[in-house]
Amino acid sequence: MDLAFFGVQLLNGLQYGLLLFLIASGLTLIFGIMGIINLAHGAMYMIGAYLVYDLTFRLGNFWLAILVAIPVAVALGLLIERLFLDTLYKRDHLYQVLLTFGLILVLNEMQRIIWGGDVHSVPVPELFSGRIRLTDNLQYSHYRLFVMGVCLALAGVIYWVIRHTRLGIIIRAGAVNRDMVEGLGINVRTLFTLIFSVGVALTAFAGMIAAPLTSIAPGMGDSILITCFVVVVIGGIGSIKGAFWGAILIGMAETFGAVLIPSLASMVIYLIMAAVLLVKPRGLFA
Amino acid sequence: MLHTYPKRVVVIMLVLTAVVAVFPLWGPAVFGAQSDFLMEKLTLMLILALFAMSLDLLVGIVGLVSLGHALFFGLGAYTLALASPDFSPAAIWWMVPLVMLVSALAALVVGFLVIRTRGIFFIMTTLAFGQMLYYFVNTSRHTGGTDGVFIMFRPSVELGGAVLLDLDNPLTFFYLCLALVVVGYLFLRWLTRSFYGQVLDGIHDNEHRMEALGYATSHYKLVAFVISGVMASIAGMLAAMQYGFANPAQLGWHASGEVLMMLILGGMGTIFGPILGAFAYEILQHTFEHLTPHWPILMGLTIILAVLILPRGIAGLIIDPPSRARLAKSPLLRWLKPGQAAPTSEAVKPAASAPSREG
Amino acid sequence: MSDIMLQTRGLTRRFGGLVAVNDVDFDVRENEIHAILGPNGAGKSTLINLLSGEFPPSEGEIRYRGRPIQGRKARHVARLGIGRSHQKTNIFPRLTCLQNCQLAARIHMGGVFGSWRSRHQAREVDERALQALETCRLVQRAHTPASAMSYGEQRQLQIAMVLATAPRLMLLDEPMAGMGREETAQVTELLKGLADRYTLVLIEHDMDSVFRLADRITVMVDGCVLETGPTAQIRASERVRDVYLGRHHEEAHP
Repeated sequence: MDLAFFGVQLLNGLQYGLLLFLIASGLTLIFGIMGIINLAHGAMYMIGAYLVYDLTFRLGNFWLAILVAIPVAVALGLLIERLFLDTLYKRDHLYQVLLTFGLILVLNEMQRIIWGGDVHSVPVPELFSGRIRLTDNLQYSHYRLFVMGVCLALAGVIYWVIRHTRLGIIIRAGAVNRDMVEGLGINVRTLFTLIFSVGVALTAFAGMIAAPLTSIAPGMGDSILITCFVVVVIGGIGSIKGAFWGAILIGMAETFGAVLIPSLASMVIYLIMAAVLLVKPRGLFA
Repeated sequence: MLHTYPKRVVVIMLVLTAVVAVFPLWGPAVFGAQSDFLMEKLTLMLILALFAMSLDLLVGIVGLVSLGHALFFGLGAYTLALASPDFSPAAIWWMVPLVMLVSALAALVVGFLVIRTRGIFFIMTTLAFGQMLYYFVNTSRHTGGTDGVFIMFRPSVELGGAVLLDLDNPLTFFYLCLALVVVGYLFLRWLTRSFYGQVLDGIHDNEHRMEALGYATSHYKLVAFVISGVMASIAGMLAAMQYGFANPAQLGWHASGEVLMMLILGGMGTIFGPILGAFAYEILQHTFEHLTPHWPILMGLTIILAVLILPRGIAGLIIDPPSRARLAKSPLLRWLKPGQAAPTSEAVKPAASAPSREG
Repeated sequence: MSDIMLQTRGLTRRFGGLVAVNDVDFDVRENEIHAILGPNGAGKSTLINLLSGEFPPSEGEIRYRGRPIQGRKARHVARLGIGRSHQKTNIFPRLTCLQNCQLAARIHMGGVFGSWRSRHQAREVDERALQALETCRLVQRAHTPASAMSYGEQRQLQIAMVLATAPRLMLLDEPMAGMGREETAQVTELLKGLADRYTLVLIEHDMDSVFRLADRITVMVDGCVLETGPTAQIRASERVRDVYLGRHHEEAHP
């Protein structure tokens, strides 16, 4: 493997990891603050991708599609939160698992009804359709760089919110001890709604900007969900910092695993998780 | 007392068992040509009942919510498929111990890792380990990839050359599955009422207190994890015999989710509930499939409704039948009118007193 | 020094920046009732949690019968013969009164597979469980589910469960918390009766009971030991009266 090829893989791993971070941070926020395990999180990623696919062709513009898709996804998330999750806050995790699993079945099937079972793709927007030449026969797409930039910017915003705002204090407190959130004298109901919307928006947005890079297919949410669980377990539940480094680690591991040890590639991330569990059962950053 | 139920439970279960057991007598008269197909369905339901019961030991009794239980089900199926010779049947006498050994070892390793985690972590890690095996069999050459592995011959049950049971005969296989469900049920009933079961109840209610008393709770949980995994692998082995193949879908996380649904439909923590749940789930799915190609929506909605209004499942309805007063307090009302006072959580499970946090 | 059962030196526990227990030297003598007094947040429960292995100390040493035990897990400490009860009622609500005690009594049967030990051993355990119930006057409730008992009975069951583990040293965190006058008197008598067979460390707010029961008292303030001594000495101590009793009375009568 020459240096340029290695460099491309490094960039790919980083880009994938950053995308994972957007999804995993939503997952970990929702758990850390609300104490809810949301299996339908991956379905929101899928819906984000399908919405952009649909709207890009309807409106003829990728950017416009994203602009319209975000409020739609958030509205759907809010609907779910208000209708179902509200009843689950005080209940056992088992019921949260079952209810959100039921939601997955419903959402996956709705996707089939609306968009069918075919695999789709979205063209890379013209603005970023160019490529950077790394060597004579290796190039790197502008769009991937753009995705990285957006993810990093969002990570920066999240970091700033957590470090420097009152909401951040609550989030950090929640990661250590969830009971404390309720003791802080804030309107828990509004906070939960806010956190859930942000979580859903992050994962749906990840699906949207990933749309030109992946094939948009039924069940795409399920596999990303499980990868994100691994990220969260490795990083430590509730920890945004853990989600970030966990996501980068898993992004790299999956990318390089696929290149270096193709026969074991699909298992690499689970083996890493097993190793982390062995050494630090509460995650690396808990 | 815990794990003892009203007499009507025994009566209902005995009657249902009898009805299922004599299906070969009345089935053809009622369903005609469809009867053979239905008996195959019944056999499958019995296998799933065994699978659901095994998970109940973890989820309902110990309180460990596993979202990766299909791992062991699939492991049983694949062990049978891969260890069976291509051109002759395997002998059941070494196949069953092999399946049990493989699954026990897997449960020991996976259990050792996941039992170090709690609550939501446990859910995520069991799910992840289940998917690990799923992706492995999906991509590995030795396991036939997405196609799975076909089983050419069901194992033989012979002793000294004499055929004791002919598993290729659907009727024999049906009764074998029925017998295993009964044995499995009696075993779990004995286990939950034994002292070991009492310790598991204690762990479910208040693990912290059990530790303070002097119990190494993780050892108890690990043993339950292994027992449960081995039972699930037996069910998986039977399923592979029934289908004639082992297939990645048998150990994917949707299979794990489905068996959890059987638990909630039937009523967890009761051992007999999940048996009812497996039947109810399969019957519902069968019905929905006939109604619409988009049956997963109906299945999903059923589960959501069950979580909201029937958290103790069918077993809960049998143990204490709904009265007018209890209906008035049902969570459904709360769901419809969120402003109302919250009902007590007795419908879910007795509140365990939290460990003292004062310092 | 043979009559010292439990001893701590320089025992300290920090939670983040907060020092909950600060450099505590604390001795418990064999067969005494040793009460720990102090205002809320003085670190009494944390001290008990350190002694029982609930969490490890940040610094310092705990010796039980001459052997260092700091850093051992709660279940190991329990098996050494240090039983504890919690401040909040901490029983198994779905099990009967007797089953609760059996659960406690069987910890010495060893391992998971002890669950399937001989009938002879099982009978021994059942006897110990019954004895514990008898001591706590709960025999007539043996087959009542714990959740169906009154609050006072549940608190007594907690003590019975500690007894059933056959401890040498009992750590009781506010055994009379939330009890009525009559029940308090009853439990005070019960504890008094245990004194000749067991060593007791007791956190309690009820002054009358403490002065009636305790042989020695340790007073804690802000994580530190203010004074340790025989009950009469603490009762007469100016320092204790100023710093603790004064404040306590303010709390009681605002």
